[in-house]
Amino acid sequence: MKKSVFFGTLMAAGLTAGIASATTLEDVKARGVLNCGVNTGLVGFAAPDANGNWSGFDVALCKAVAAAVLGDPTKVKYVPTTGQTRFTALTSGEVDMLARNSTWTFSRDTDLKMDFAGVNYYDGQGFMVRKDSGITSAKELDGASVCIQTGTTTEMNLADYFKANNMTYQPIAVDSNAEGEQQYLAGACDAYTTDASGLAATRAAYADPENHVILPEIISKEPLGPAVRHGDNQWGDIVRWTLFALIAAEEYGITSANIDELAKGTENPEINRILGVDGDLGPMTGLEKDWAVKAIKAGGNYGEIFAATIGESTPIGLARGLNAQWTQGGLMYAPPFR
Amino acid sequence: MSDTSHSAVFVRKTMLPPEPAPARQTGVSKWVRENLFSGWLNTILTLAGIALIWGLASHFYPWFRHGVWNAASLPECRQIIAARWGEGATGACWAVIHARWTQFIFGFYPPELFWRPVLTFGLMLVAVAPVLFTQLPRGMLKVSAVFPLLAIWLLWGGSIWPVVMIAAGFAVGYLVARILARWGMILAILGAVVAAVLFWIFVPGPVDAVLGRVLPIALEPVASRQFGGFLLAITLGAGGIAMSLPLGILLALGRQSDMFLIKTFSIMFIEFIRGVPLITLLFVASLLLNYFLPPGTNFDIILRVMILVTLFSAAYIAEVIRGGLAALPRGQYEAADALGLDYWKAQRLVILPQALKISIPGIVSTFISMFKDTTLVTFVGLFEPLKSIPDSIRADIAWKGTYWEHFIFVGAIFFILNFSMSRYSMYLERKLKRDHR
Repeated sequence: MKKSVFFGTLMAAGLTAGIASATTLEDVKARGVLNCGVNTGLVGFAAPDANGNWSGFDVALCKAVAAAVLGDPTKVKYVPTTGQTRFTALTSGEVDMLARNSTWTFSRDTDLKMDFAGVNYYDGQGFMVRKDSGITSAKELDGASVCIQTGTTTEMNLADYFKANNMTYQPIAVDSNAEGEQQYLAGACDAYTTDASGLAATRAAYADPENHVILPEIISKEPLGPAVRHGDNQWGDIVRWTLFALIAAEEYGITSANIDELAKGTENPEINRILGVDGDLGPMTGLEKDWAVKAIKAGGNYGEIFAATIGESTPIGLARGLNAQWTQGGLMYAPPFR
Repeated sequence: MSDTSHSAVFVRKTMLPPEPAPARQTGVSKWVRENLFSGWLNTILTLAGIALIWGLASHFYPWFRHGVWNAASLPECRQIIAARWGEGATGACWAVIHARWTQFIFGFYPPELFWRPVLTFGLMLVAVAPVLFTQLPRGMLKVSAVFPLLAIWLLWGGSIWPVVMIAAGFAVGYLVARILARWGMILAILGAVVAAVLFWIFVPGPVDAVLGRVLPIALEPVASRQFGGFLLAITLGAGGIAMSLPLGILLALGRQSDMFLIKTFSIMFIEFIRGVPLITLLFVASLLLNYFLPPGTNFDIILRVMILVTLFSAAYIAEVIRGGLAALPRGQYEAADALGLDYWKAQRLVILPQALKISIPGIVSTFISMFKDTTLVTFVGLFEPLKSIPDSIRADIAWKGTYWEHFIFVGAIFFILNFSMSRYSMYLERKLKRDHR
């Protein structure tokens, strides 16, 4: 109790300090660089190459926001954050936004004083088991030992799922994904559980992927999305609508290849409004008129980013599934630009 | 005819050549028999040990032998191993080290600027040498004195003038101390600190701006977040070691002091720091400070962590040195007093040289453990070489699945550095040994 009062006071001190200063948008413009909190390394979502250049699905969103706000997708400082430090890094002002595969939950949105600007990837928790175990459904895992990363929502989902199905399990706590993979390979646990996107990448990297199966059950909802600080709604709007611009661009067929052509003006009024040919959408939130053009040019529309970083043509090979456009049976749905 | 009581039938006139010792009493066989098979229990233990070593070696040797150094990805490593050693063979994929070794060494430091950390490391060896080996010319100590500021400028870049201003502040403090010295040591120290701090607060701002325009000597700045790997570990380790020893000595003396305030403060500091885990302090450095400092303050993360690491190891070193002080016979203190030496002279000439000599093993093991503890900065999002760098490399799909290679490589480098420190401390102990010779 005492501890939470202590941290509450700190949090309040941090917030009042934040209010006293300029808005995030002014800060970013004055600094000339967007501080973007990313994962310290997650296959396909955020990874540095040999020269220290970051790339990935989450990183692409940082670039799009930087392009929309500053006009240059390279003006991003990537701040790698761990599972423990990510939210404090945001609330303390060390980063302007988090694009770090964080699950949108009630308590994070309210109690931790963050705002989730949207969902850029609908994930869910799955299981991987060895093929020769003969297990074909998560319902058959009663009594199994399960490798699980500590300090994540997956840990709580696992407990909920087994309790709801009246089954028992033996948790084997691991610290990181790499350790979990090794423990599972060494036979320390019967099943490995993490987000389905992570399982697919893990299985693809094994020497014998054919000997491991990912069970069909998805036991949780993990809407992953970018987060900003509570209280600066203008900045939240910018991040939210940059994400929607990428999604809408895919819906209306705006790609990095044809965007220059379309930005000259088209028959479709919605495209014209998105690209700033008609109306004044950008200035309404403090940006340039062609903010969305720059954001989409940074890495292409949502579909192009997906295909280039984690899609079926990459070694990770994730299908669109829930992340397809709403017109294709998925959940990606951008509100109207007007 | 001589008169002998008994006559000899045979008298040897020449010496026999010495026989070689029996085979069982010399060389390898003697050593083996005495050390490995001297009784039935030891024989059993020896055989068990050999079996264990054989088991481990035969299990791991193929993995090392099948190692691949040149490949573009882990799947390619696996193909090469399968082609060379047959299907099902496993082996190390050292190619990941080969491809990413610069990241292990420099983190995300800009590649075109690698010469700066390399030069700094070379200069560090030159600067440290006269401190470690007294037979080297004393003139080299000038390099050691300049090195810390030079290293800051080389590693972080930016304009040279702020660094020069820091040095000027020290010079001002020194001059004030010299002037005030005739009125007493305490006054001199206080005056020097006040003068230096006043200098740093008021002078650099305007002077930097002017000098920066007149003589713009600057290197391309590098942000602390770009530091990583062993560059980060050695920066933190070397900085922490260099600062924690003097601080530790002061704390140890403070704890022994008769002055109530100084003694209480030293005890509280030491006990507080020793009672709190290092990770807690690191979190304080990286997160809590952000809440207290006014927004927009840019307090460098490496500097923050280095200060906390320094305070942490200084508390331990203070206790190690206190052990050394306690081990000195009372007579040494009394002898120093009898010679009419004041407190500082007695400490400098009589007490500390002996106390520090006794404390060498403890001090060096504190240094070694501090150097290894620098890997804990992974929890505040800095790219230390043991976990963060391998994790970020594994996030590249080409190297996902490599695991032990990273640990073995990083472990080997840590071992080399720590083993050198340990060997040096043993050399120093032998050199300073004044008894039994």
